[in-house]
Amino acid sequence: MKILPIIMITASLAMALSVQAYQEVTSGGLETIRGIAKINETKSAEALKRVIKDKNPIQRNYVHQPPVVPHQTRGYRVNKDSNKCLTCHGWKYARETGATKISLTHFETRDGKTLSDVSPRRYFCSQCHVTQADAPELVDNLFKPVESLGND
Amino acid sequence: MTKESKIKSLLSYLKSPSSAALWLILAIGFAGGVIFWGGFNTALEVTNTEAFCISCHEMEDNVYEEYKETIHYSNRSGVRATCPDCHVPKKWTHKIVRKIAASKEVWGMLTGLIDTREKFQDHRRELAEREWKRMKENDSLECRNCHNFEYMDFSEQGNRSVKMHSSALASGEKTCIDCHKGIAHELPDMKGVDNW
Ligand code: HEC
Ligand code: HEC
Ligand code: HEC
Ligand code: HEC
Ligand code: HEC
Repeated sequence: MKILPIIMITASLAMALSVQAYQEVTSGGLETIRGIAKINETKSAEALKRVIKDKNPIQRNYVHQPPVVPHQTRGYRVNKDSNKCLTCHGWKYARETGATKISLTHFETRDGKTLSDVSPRRYFCSQCHVTQADAPELVDNLFKPVESLGND
Repeated sequence: MTKESKIKSLLSYLKSPSSAALWLILAIGFAGGVIFWGGFNTALEVTNTEAFCISCHEMEDNVYEEYKETIHYSNRSGVRATCPDCHVPKKWTHKIVRKIAASKEVWGMLTGLIDTREKFQDHRRELAEREWKRMKENDSLECRNCHNFEYMDFSEQGNRSVKMHSSALASGEKTCIDCHKGIAHELPDMKGVDNW
């Protein structure tokens, strides 16, 4: 009586194991950002790219695009105590530092009210503005920048 | 007595056995002086190492941890600025003044003034302001011990650096610490601080 369940369990275990052992793990020919690699394979990481140290503003591709950051930002802290970005981009200091002033949209709350200082939803700058590295595109990009912003 | 004979009698006294005590006192005084002076300066040197600065957890857990992520701890050339490089003047007299002021900090440690992260953060503004004031008053002397404006090559610096260094810094209107606050640590609440 008791031998039947034991046989059944061992049999199904053996089957499961053999299926596991013979199953090929493939990507099905799909190429992802990490290239064609088997799913269970770990590719070695690429070398870190260097962030652009300092450069004039980089052209924007469409209206309302958050401009990308054309300078390095190592060590620039943004937290409840201090906001390094605003010490240059804030209206008070922009003239002296030569930085672009934050636009008025940065003072607006999500229901369109304009505040007297940066709105909380625009306080953490790097949420939307990111530094750049000189690197090839990871995937082909057919996007055409709008012409009115000075793109050719 | 003439001047000459005065000296002669003094010399003969110094040669006589009864002057031995005087010699002994002088010798002990001299040796003691050397030992004390050497010991004092050695002790001063020991307290002037990074290892000493972070031997109390108040420093190790707070400022040291933060500083490890910054340019003066880890960078491409491997040259480091340690705590005393920025916080202790190199000149002896200034150093003593700073060390005496530092004894107050030892008192703070013994009484547990900042023995938790929260307490440290509560006092941070006060501590930072003291350093800003000191550096403002000595024209950021500690920074200038390593970074000499005379030798800054503007063609090697970024646009933003050149713009600020060739104007406000060159004219002497501002000094390093006016623009480079928080270069080695996290900042306290900056409300009301000039230029923040
Ligand atoms: C030391 C001053 C300084 C600090 C700090 C600083 N910036 Fe800048 N930033 C500049 C200057 C100067 C420019 C270039 C403006 C120019 O050349 O017209 C610039 C350009 C930019 C631009 C491009 C603007 C445009 O019109 O395309 C963005 C976006 C930007 N910064 C974001 C940031 C963010 C985010 C931070 C904080 C992480 C930051 N910046 C911190 C000075 C600064
Ligand atoms: C929620 C996303 C978001 C955040 C957060 C944000 N920005 Fe922007 N920013 C934008 C967008 C979108 C634009 C372009 C359209 C506009 O002006 O609103 C922009 C534009 C800018 C510009 C160019 C302004 C101009 O006149 O062309 C600057 C400079 C800038 N941001 C700086 C900052 C700084 C500094 C912070 C942090 C205090 C910040 N931004 C936070 C989205 C954001
Ligand atoms: C013991 C010497 C020393 C002292 C003291 C020192 N620095 Fe530096 N600092 C360096 C070195 C070396 C580098 C460059 C490291 C590298 O890029 O390889 C550097 C880099 C910097 C940078 C460049 C940051 C960057 O991201 O490129 C700034 C800004 C700076 N120091 C400011 C200061 C200020 C402000 C002080 C005074 C509070 C100071 N330093 C004190 C040695 C020193
Ligand atoms: C008027 C403001 C101002 C003053 C004063 C100032 N700096 Fe700077 N410094 C800047 C700005 C802005 C940058 C570029 C942005 C950044 O690195 O965050 C910079 C960058 C630097 C760099 C990196 C340079 C590069 O491009 O590789 C060093 C090093 C430096 N400063 C050291 C000093 C020292 C040392 C002093 C005092 C003798 C000093 N600065 C005084 C504003 C200032
Ligand atoms: C490159 C220079 C530099 C180095 C290296 C440095 N400091 Fe500082 N330290 C400063 C400056 C500047 C301030 C003033 C506050 C600020 O701007 O962050 C400061 C502030 C402090 C404060 C007051 C609290 C605060 O955060 O404002 C303490 C405590 C302190 N430093 C301890 C240390 C210790 C311990 C080390 C070594 C692990 C160290 N510092 C290394 C420049 C430096």
